[in-house]
Amino acid sequence: MDLDQLVRTLEEKAPRYRVDIVEMLAAAGSGHPGGSLSLIDLISTLYHHALRQRPSEPQWPERDRLVLSKGHGVPAQYAVMADLGYFPRAQLWTLRKLGSPLQGHPCRSWLPGIEASTGSLGQGLSVAQGIALAGKLDKGSWRVYCVMGDGETQEGQVWEAALSAAKFRLDNLTVLLDYNKLQIDGFTRDVMNLEPLADKWRAFGWHVITIDGHNYRQIIGALDEARQVQGRPTYIIAHTIKGKGVSFMEEQVGWHGVAPNREQADRAIAELRTRAGLPLTEAVR
Amino acid sequence: MSSSSLSTETAPATPSSAPPRATRDAFGETLRRLGADHPQLVVLDADLSESTRSAKFAEAFPERFFQLGIQEANMLGTAAGLAASGKRVFCCSFSCFVTGRFDQIKVSVAYNDLPVTIVGTHAGCAVGPDGYTQMALEDVALLRTLPNMLVLQPADDLETTQMVEHLVTGHRGPAFLRLTRQKVPRVHDAGYRFVPGAVDPLRRGSGLAICATGACVAGALEAAARLVGEGLSPTVINISTLAPLDGDGLVAALASCERVLTVEDHSIVGGLGSAICEALAERRPLRVHRVGLREFGESGETEELFRKHHLDGPGIYLEAKALLAEAPR
Ligand SMILES: Cc1ncc(C[n+]2csc(CCOP(=O)(O)OP(=O)(O)O)c2C)c(N)n1
Ligand SMILES: [Mg+2]
Repeated sequence: MDLDQLVRTLEEKAPRYRVDIVEMLAAAGSGHPGGSLSLIDLISTLYHHALRQRPSEPQWPERDRLVLSKGHGVPAQYAVMADLGYFPRAQLWTLRKLGSPLQGHPCRSWLPGIEASTGSLGQGLSVAQGIALAGKLDKGSWRVYCVMGDGETQEGQVWEAALSAAKFRLDNLTVLLDYNKLQIDGFTRDVMNLEPLADKWRAFGWHVITIDGHNYRQIIGALDEARQVQGRPTYIIAHTIKGKGVSFMEEQVGWHGVAPNREQADRAIAELRTRAGLPLTEAVR
Repeated sequence: MSSSSLSTETAPATPSSAPPRATRDAFGETLRRLGADHPQLVVLDADLSESTRSAKFAEAFPERFFQLGIQEANMLGTAAGLAASGKRVFCCSFSCFVTGRFDQIKVSVAYNDLPVTIVGTHAGCAVGPDGYTQMALEDVALLRTLPNMLVLQPADDLETTQMVEHLVTGHRGPAFLRLTRQKVPRVHDAGYRFVPGAVDPLRRGSGLAICATGACVAGALEAAARLVGEGLSPTVINISTLAPLDGDGLVAALASCERVLTVEDHSIVGGLGSAICEALAERRPLRVHRVGLREFGESGETEELFRKHHLDGPGIYLEAKALLAEAPR
């Protein structure tokens, strides 16, 4: 696919994915809209551009691996996975329900295509590092991507992995930081400031790229650049907006972990569709 | 059970008419109230202060509240240092995350024998739709292994309040306070006095005893009421001090019982059920059946998960009937 066409595809898909996220959470009655909506453009671009995977063969040995370390954002991943055919779309509406493979936080043993169970923040990068080390041992050509949150980055284990992945020269490992500036108790800069973040990761020996996490060309560019880097891992700081796409959720700390009710979901879906020029009356499910 | 084991006692303890409350709510309010008279009280949280209710204290005493961000290990070490310097420290998070840092608890807090209370809210599978990673199902098992750790789990708001008072004004060493996200019915009447370390019989009967803790106590009473309706007279004991467990007190409370059902929103390994088996095996071996989680947790509504794992009244009743139906060994 040429670049313009890829960007058009991503632009067309984004509002649909956002609608699915809102609908999923409304159906579930709980979950994390803010961090799913800030994440969706990154996840979508990863799947549609970077990740070499076979949805019909989730365990394909040569696949690229994705670890969603900020596991509470998994509705974004589920939306894209359903669209790509990892599982039937109807399963989206079973999110968080008893017996559903779509667990509230991603679970490797429940859903093929999930590489690592997460939900306790701060653990994913170490797991991704282990996968990347295995890739080196096996001389695999596949790459490992780890998607993280900014609040999550306060965990000490993240900085342990920052040290070690550089030591192990893991140029097959790329982190995408969903830098939406918010966590649960407030703004990340107030709760426990991370800045100067790019300087820190550079000082730890990583290749650092800073982008707008809602700009597909920049995301694509950063992912392509990461593939070229040799001898060290890449850290992509993607500046994002928590709740992106739903005006009443954007940059609102209160929309971290509360699902929209029916009326709010309908309002959010109408807004997303209006802005994308999609028919308002179409059924979501 | 034979009819001779019928109790002569009257009706089971009836839950009071006080509205159900989450034990985390009673915790937050009590901590805030005690903050005024106890300047040594310091509270730490790790980006969950609204959920754990430590925010109540933070609002009133911002200079004695420290927000650590998503850094549970750092929080525990910091708590230890504060406590070593004369502060009485509460550090709060979801139980799964804070007790997940067991080495920090073991070395920095417990081995230094410091007055740090680890407050773990959102206990058990009751967390519901978030799924297993947000559920603490192993926390009691872990913390119970530390020789000086007082492990408390209140059955209702009344007991929570008294536990927090004890932790602030009485207790000198490390403690773990396990609290619920969900509302739980009041199981004590207003005159109840929490005695640290003691078992808390809510109903004295014979034959079968149901020992429950935390959010499962109300269901145990509900099951007992049904059994009473069938002419049985079970004993019901609230075990709110899980460690150190008062084994002698337990044996005394079980004097006229032959079979024991344990009920907890926790893994059946290492928690209340295990503690009771250990205490009885060393004193007076009885047939024990443990009700709790036998697998990883999963997403679902709290009520559905309680139903699935027989942690609610009807489930506990079924388990009790099955235990009673067993042929004597
Ligand atoms: C170890 C751990 N501590 C606490 C939590 C509870 N928690 C869930 S999400 C969250 C905030 C995450 O903030 P951030 O990483 O910025 O995520 P985002 O803004 O993308 O939602 C917290 C504290 C957790 N899941 N894991
Ligand atoms: Mg964030």
